[in-house]
Amino acid sequence: MSPLAVGPSPHIRQDLNIRGVMYAVVIALIPAAIGGVYFFGIRALFIMILASVAAIATEAICQKATRRAITISDGSALITGILLAFNLPPGVPYWLPIVGAVFAIAIAKIPFGGLGYNPLNPALAGRAFLLASWPVYMTAAWTAPSRGTLSGMNAITTATPLGVFKVARQILINPGAGADEMSRANSYLAELYSSASLKNLFFGNVGGCIGETSVILLLIGAAYLLIRGIICWRIPVSYIGTVALLTWMLGGKGLFHGYPLFHVLSGGLVLGAFFMATDMVTSPVTPKGKIVFGIGCGILTTVIRLYGGYPEGVSYSILIMNITVPLIDRYTRPRKLGEVGSS
Amino acid sequence: MAKTFKGGVHPPEAKVTAELAISGIELPERVIIPLSQHTGAPSVPIVKVGEKVLVGTKIAEADGFISVPVHASVSGEVKAISDYPHPLGRAMPAIEIESDGKNEWIDLSDWHDLTDASPDRIRQAVRGAGIVGLGGAAFPTHVKLSPPEGKSIDTVILNGAECEPYLTADHRLMLEHPDEILEGLRVIMRVLGARRGCIGIERNKPDAIQKMNEALGGENAIEVLDLKVKYPQGAEKQLIKAITGREVPCGGLPMDVGCLVQNVGTAYAIYEALKFGKPLVERVLTVSGCAAKRSGNFLVRIGTTFAHVVDKAGGMTEDCAKVIMGGPMMGIAQHTLGVPVVKGTSGIVLLSEAEISLEEPGPCLRCGACVDHCPMRLVPNEIARLVEKGHVKAAESYGLMDCMECGVCAYVCPSKINHVHLIKVGKSEVIARRKKESKKEG
Repeated sequence: MSPLAVGPSPHIRQDLNIRGVMYAVVIALIPAAIGGVYFFGIRALFIMILASVAAIATEAICQKATRRAITISDGSALITGILLAFNLPPGVPYWLPIVGAVFAIAIAKIPFGGLGYNPLNPALAGRAFLLASWPVYMTAAWTAPSRGTLSGMNAITTATPLGVFKVARQILINPGAGADEMSRANSYLAELYSSASLKNLFFGNVGGCIGETSVILLLIGAAYLLIRGIICWRIPVSYIGTVALLTWMLGGKGLFHGYPLFHVLSGGLVLGAFFMATDMVTSPVTPKGKIVFGIGCGILTTVIRLYGGYPEGVSYSILIMNITVPLIDRYTRPRKLGEVGSS
Repeated sequence: MAKTFKGGVHPPEAKVTAELAISGIELPERVIIPLSQHTGAPSVPIVKVGEKVLVGTKIAEADGFISVPVHASVSGEVKAISDYPHPLGRAMPAIEIESDGKNEWIDLSDWHDLTDASPDRIRQAVRGAGIVGLGGAAFPTHVKLSPPEGKSIDTVILNGAECEPYLTADHRLMLEHPDEILEGLRVIMRVLGARRGCIGIERNKPDAIQKMNEALGGENAIEVLDLKVKYPQGAEKQLIKAITGREVPCGGLPMDVGCLVQNVGTAYAIYEALKFGKPLVERVLTVSGCAAKRSGNFLVRIGTTFAHVVDKAGGMTEDCAKVIMGGPMMGIAQHTLGVPVVKGTSGIVLLSEAEISLEEPGPCLRCGACVDHCPMRLVPNEIARLVEKGHVKAAESYGLMDCMECGVCAYVCPSKINHVHLIKVGKSEVIARRKKESKKEG
């Protein structure tokens, strides 16, 4: 008989390990990745590969340089690469995803201690860095989907749906706008909100970042993660719910004249709510905290979309909320069994 | 709707021995009876080396109120009083008795049935029989039967949940001795003046639920309650919450909410002690696990070595990697089979290499699974991290001392972090500090 192993209880463990969690997320991203290639061509695939390889290589090099165990096989760097690519316009030059991935890993992840210790979502930090450094590529390198237009409408072919919304809204809330402009803006909005446009948004037949456009493909992946219990409903539901409520309240002329369905389906909201706001490392651990976090993301996203300078605000909202996570966790601790007192 | 609590997990039940009746086991040639088999002060030996003893002879006396006497479990000769391996981890004083093979009992023929005796007489007899909680914690039963002035207990709960994987000793006991268990429960209720008695059984034991209900007839004061199958359904505070809805306050005891929980095996031992004067010299335990060649439920004398029990049960396979006293969730890993069965040994589980996880702990992903599943609703990842970094005081403010070490957090953790180990380390530091502080004040 071999010597007996001794060790602390429990002596049996669930099978799921870090790698299992990470590769489940990778699997969940596959439908949207295929969608990205379908809509935006082989270029989208190259960008995904470049970002992923760069992220993995950067992690290996950083760990080698600091004489730490090389953990690239855990799959977390791969996720960062894919998510970064998902958040880039399809027309960016090929060096851009590489620079973004290097920043995501070498600046936003490794210096903080690597997996588990990074305060910001690395992929979003990479995207924010690129947006600040090369704004033209990041806000203009759109390409129309293979079978549709950039905006998902016929009248306009030069902006994404949220871009059109931004322009129309700015005209409508500008007191000096002429009657002509006003009526044009209103007709744009009417077309954006039409069922044909919403259908394009749902299936992904519009312009946007590589992995964000197809709501249905993202939801298929999200359903897999929910069923597997890798993510829970709290963050996505509170996030999307808040955006829906606030855009309905504030997104139109006067209170409660907005069109929430358009806001929920457009931009990076579904991608962000299910795949980035739910990033375990950078979101709260407590059940209540997750709801608070989701509501916070939802408020910020709506504020940026309706009142900010950018047409889209998902990335920045999540990054800002990432910073508040330790605070949220501290104030949303569950009431212990038998703890006396309120809440 | 079956009753339950919030949190918990569903490990594989693996109750492969549920159908196997309790059977005796060939008596060992020698027994090693530790002086410390209960929570509280170790007993003090009252026999000398070379002395002849019978089964049931008292060989060590209780030391103080929270302590119980210990009895010989075979007839024969005291061989040595010395340090021996103990299932709790280190060597501890024990009395070794060589069996004469005759299995001669002390004379119990003039014993008067004490099941109807006065509460004080019953407490005395329960203590005299060396009875402790047989669920695993081994807290002296007479102490639980003596609530301090001002605490009244209205509900007695018998714990038949048996939520640990593999273990079926309590299950078999309920099937084979339902009347005795009920009689034990009635005695406990009478001693405490409790109006309500409950027997909580997990739904995966429908035969036990039925059997206990049949034995009950239609008695109003006692009811059998089916519980959801979920670990740790049999944990004291979770059981009380599930059955009565009451929450034992943090740092408090069940009696603070008018409850008392006893294991079904303890109720059976109480009955046997009062009815026949039989001291606690044997207990039912389960031998199981993927590395056990034959599994079963056995009535085993206290002090029998694990080696003897495993051997007589059928032996172990080549790939046995871990031997656990108790269940795989909360049991204690043994480094040798030379340790004896003690009063709290509910099972010997032999785990194969494939069953145990030897994966190195990784970084916490903050996935929150431990928080979602913690039955005490703590934040285990944070407590473990704080202890690891040496911030034990901060860990205390996060509920370190409220943890019951059920192991749910570590079971679900994808990073394979040893929360329970870290929490035990933190707790021992807190206890050491509190001792030092109270010394300073005193």
